[in-house]
Amino acid sequence: MPETEVNQTSPKDYKSDQEVRWCPGCGDHAVLNSVQKALSELGIMKEKFAFISGIGCSSRFPYYMNTYGFHGIHGRASAIASGVKIANPDLSVWQITGDGDALAIGGNHFIHVVRRNIDVNIILFNNEIYGLTKGQYSPTSEKGIITKTSPYGTIEEPFSVGELVIGAKGRFFARTLDSNVSLSTQIYIEAAKHKGTSVIEVLQNCVIFNDGIHDTVAGREVRDDRTLVLKHGEPMIFGKNRDKGLILDGLKLKVVNLGENGINEKKLLVHNALESNPGIQYMLANMRFPEYPLALGVIRSVPGPTYENDVELQIDAVRKTSSIKCMDDLLNSGSAWEVS
Amino acid sequence: MGKKSKVIEREEVVIRFSGDSGDGMQLTGTLFSDAAAFYGNDLSTFPDYPAEIRAPQGTVGGVSGFQVHLGHSEINTPGDYADVLVAMNPAAIKANARWTKPGGTIIFDKDNFTEKNIEKAGYVKDPVIEEKLDSFNIIAAPISSMVREALKDLGLDPKSVLRTKNMFALGIVYWMFDRKLKYTEQYFEKKFSKKPEIAEANKIALRSGYYYAETIEALSPVIKISPAPIAKGRYRNICGNAATAWGLIAAAEKAGLKLFIGSYPITPATGILEELAARKDLGVKSFQAEDEIAGICAALGASFAGHLAVTSTSGPGLALKSEAIGLAVMTELPIVIIDVQRGGPSTGLPTKTEQTDLMQAIFGRNGESPVIVIAASTPSNCFHFAFEAAKIAVEHMTPVLLLTDSYLANGSEPWKIPSMKDLPEIRPPYADKNDLPFMPYKRDKEKLSRKWAIPGTPDLEHRIGGLEKTVKGTVSYVPENHELMVSLRAEKVERVSNEIPELTLSGSESGDLLIVGWGGSYGYLVTAVRELQTEGHKVSLVNFNYINPLPKNVAEIFAGFRKIVVCELNMGQFANFLRMKLQEFKYEQINKVQGLPFTVKEIKEKCIKILEGE
Repeated sequence: MPETEVNQTSPKDYKSDQEVRWCPGCGDHAVLNSVQKALSELGIMKEKFAFISGIGCSSRFPYYMNTYGFHGIHGRASAIASGVKIANPDLSVWQITGDGDALAIGGNHFIHVVRRNIDVNIILFNNEIYGLTKGQYSPTSEKGIITKTSPYGTIEEPFSVGELVIGAKGRFFARTLDSNVSLSTQIYIEAAKHKGTSVIEVLQNCVIFNDGIHDTVAGREVRDDRTLVLKHGEPMIFGKNRDKGLILDGLKLKVVNLGENGINEKKLLVHNALESNPGIQYMLANMRFPEYPLALGVIRSVPGPTYENDVELQIDAVRKTSSIKCMDDLLNSGSAWEVS
Repeated sequence: MGKKSKVIEREEVVIRFSGDSGDGMQLTGTLFSDAAAFYGNDLSTFPDYPAEIRAPQGTVGGVSGFQVHLGHSEINTPGDYADVLVAMNPAAIKANARWTKPGGTIIFDKDNFTEKNIEKAGYVKDPVIEEKLDSFNIIAAPISSMVREALKDLGLDPKSVLRTKNMFALGIVYWMFDRKLKYTEQYFEKKFSKKPEIAEANKIALRSGYYYAETIEALSPVIKISPAPIAKGRYRNICGNAATAWGLIAAAEKAGLKLFIGSYPITPATGILEELAARKDLGVKSFQAEDEIAGICAALGASFAGHLAVTSTSGPGLALKSEAIGLAVMTELPIVIIDVQRGGPSTGLPTKTEQTDLMQAIFGRNGESPVIVIAASTPSNCFHFAFEAAKIAVEHMTPVLLLTDSYLANGSEPWKIPSMKDLPEIRPPYADKNDLPFMPYKRDKEKLSRKWAIPGTPDLEHRIGGLEKTVKGTVSYVPENHELMVSLRAEKVERVSNEIPELTLSGSESGDLLIVGWGGSYGYLVTAVRELQTEGHKVSLVNFNYINPLPKNVAEIFAGFRKIVVCELNMGQFANFLRMKLQEFKYEQINKVQGLPFTVKEIKEKCIKILEGE
């Protein structure tokens, strides 16, 4: 029986019996809805999903999912998820993490899961603040931000998630807004289908400690003009009136107005998420307002061999040639002697 | 082979091979041990090497040693002092002369005793004079020039020629102890099957050494150590790290589980990861993680996904893993954590042995966080205790910490090869349809263990994690629930004592002194106790393998003795643990923290002092 026939699920099938305890108005609620919607559309049996998290507000996520779930310790979700996926490549493994969990305490594990290309779908909730510990700056906080641990402003440069992922040899990077359920759902589905590590940066609003931090670009009034939703194979057009686009000007991206200076749609860059050379994708991931629109959508999606599959292939290959088939064979291999 | 002028039989002998870390002393010692094992001697070996891969040539810091103790009767230690010392350079004399028995034999490469090397070793003049070695049987062999001469027709480069020096030295030792060259020659043929000229060079060097010894009558009379009366069966040599790795694979096979190891290389535990990485043919999944924490966390993930999960490390790595061990305690997932102890604190003495991680193993976590702690006591029984650790972890759904040490990990001994059919079954407590609706923390009435619901199984979806939970798996901050869960987790660990074997006593059930040890000191303690008993002292020995929980009959055994002394390679960690657990007894201590195992001699001397009431 094809999987899709037996797996007619709806988003509510993925809701657990636990009361959702995020603050009212927190962006996490929308992410939960988008994920539950995406899962119901994937055609994967419910018992195949495993949600793994670290520590932080977002890391409570697995408790709200009626799937297998593992709420880990701070920063280590990437490592736990790696173990789950390598042990059982049949599972659809999702990692829920935040900017502190993934990029500060878990930075080492994060770059290594990406480098190994283990097929884990990582949803990184980026609210540029520590919420669960009540408002300290994070590795993605803008330089100069005043928080409880930076009363005179931070003096450190923030990470750009996309830059880090590409630098760590990442093959899938997407960005979405917590409030944009339809774009998010679409991205989660694409991430699930991508074989290898997928990192989805969700610009998420912390209503208590960093309210409105993404509003400059993500606010309802401005977001059409200040974000660019990338689609593979389509020209890079944005703006409320779809009158702006991107071209390559020398070695840099440049925002242009359609209809001005002879610019038409054909002159614009066409998004190629599948291109293995990350040059353009890197620039897209690093675009920031006001010089550029913020890129949303799947920025990079390049197929490649996955770690867990190569583990299985290596085991199969060695098994074929080795004369050791069971433990008794191993025990009796090599030099031995009889005492009689 | 050449005729022997005179041959005498001896019960046992200790030989120490030493030289620069590039001199191939570990291989030389291993080849000698293998040949002895094939011959039927019982034996015990101990490699002693510097932390630096290539410490400055010719210096004392760069001396690498390999000690082997072989005998006609049971051998439990690599021996305190060497009967024969092979020293490839002056630094080896400097490092080892004091470990050689008075009147013993010292073989050295005379060609290497240049002014420069003598100075590098920290001598001013001739080491033989400076160390007052005239009472020793000195064999100053021109090893370098003789291998050059012996191999001159092979057309090898000078470096390859000099690399066979160790085999010349080995040839001398073979003659002295009436050993056959055949086994070692076969080893060369196999090892260098693609480089026949190298195989030939090593064979010639070995034979040249042998004939040289015969010519000069290196040791008169020649010593013969007859085979030991060992139980019938098929034997092999095994070191502690390999035995540990194999015990885990055996447990996985018995349990019908796949084995997953998540680890990060660390001396002296790396051998376990290496051994398991090589076992793809048995389906082992080895994951060399980015750090110690990732190693155990990936293993925990694999455990959640239904694998037999293992992580191996040494003291500093165990410290890094503590938070994740707490997570395993809280999520009640099976995992085996192996700590191959080394000298600490901090980086300490990475290649040396100690038993200083006991307290860290038992208590080194935040919160009320009990784990099972087991310690292996000989290189080969690392197999048994790794198997037991895995069995307890899986059947009781708990982390188990297995302690070995550098001495066990690198030491080797002959091992009667077990058969898989003789090993006990391991039954994972899988959850199934009968457990619906599934409650992650519902417990077995006897063991108090929870059930294992493997992701991928329909209808058993559940959530676990580091936050305190109710029996249903709901996060709970209710004070009474937390206290209940803390007690249940502690009681679960305590009840393992219902299944572990009782402590066994070597010697009479009562006497003047009970010598108490744990883990890897066993060999030295049992040898010392045996000798003390022969000398008429009323002493007995217990050596603990199960530390937390303790076996049930400890108090009963302790009560039979006038005095109790706890011997361990630390400042008294097990003694203090016993003081906490069994307060009714008084404990004396024998401790050593030098990065070295005990010697039989020092244990005996200190025990006699205690017996005499000093």
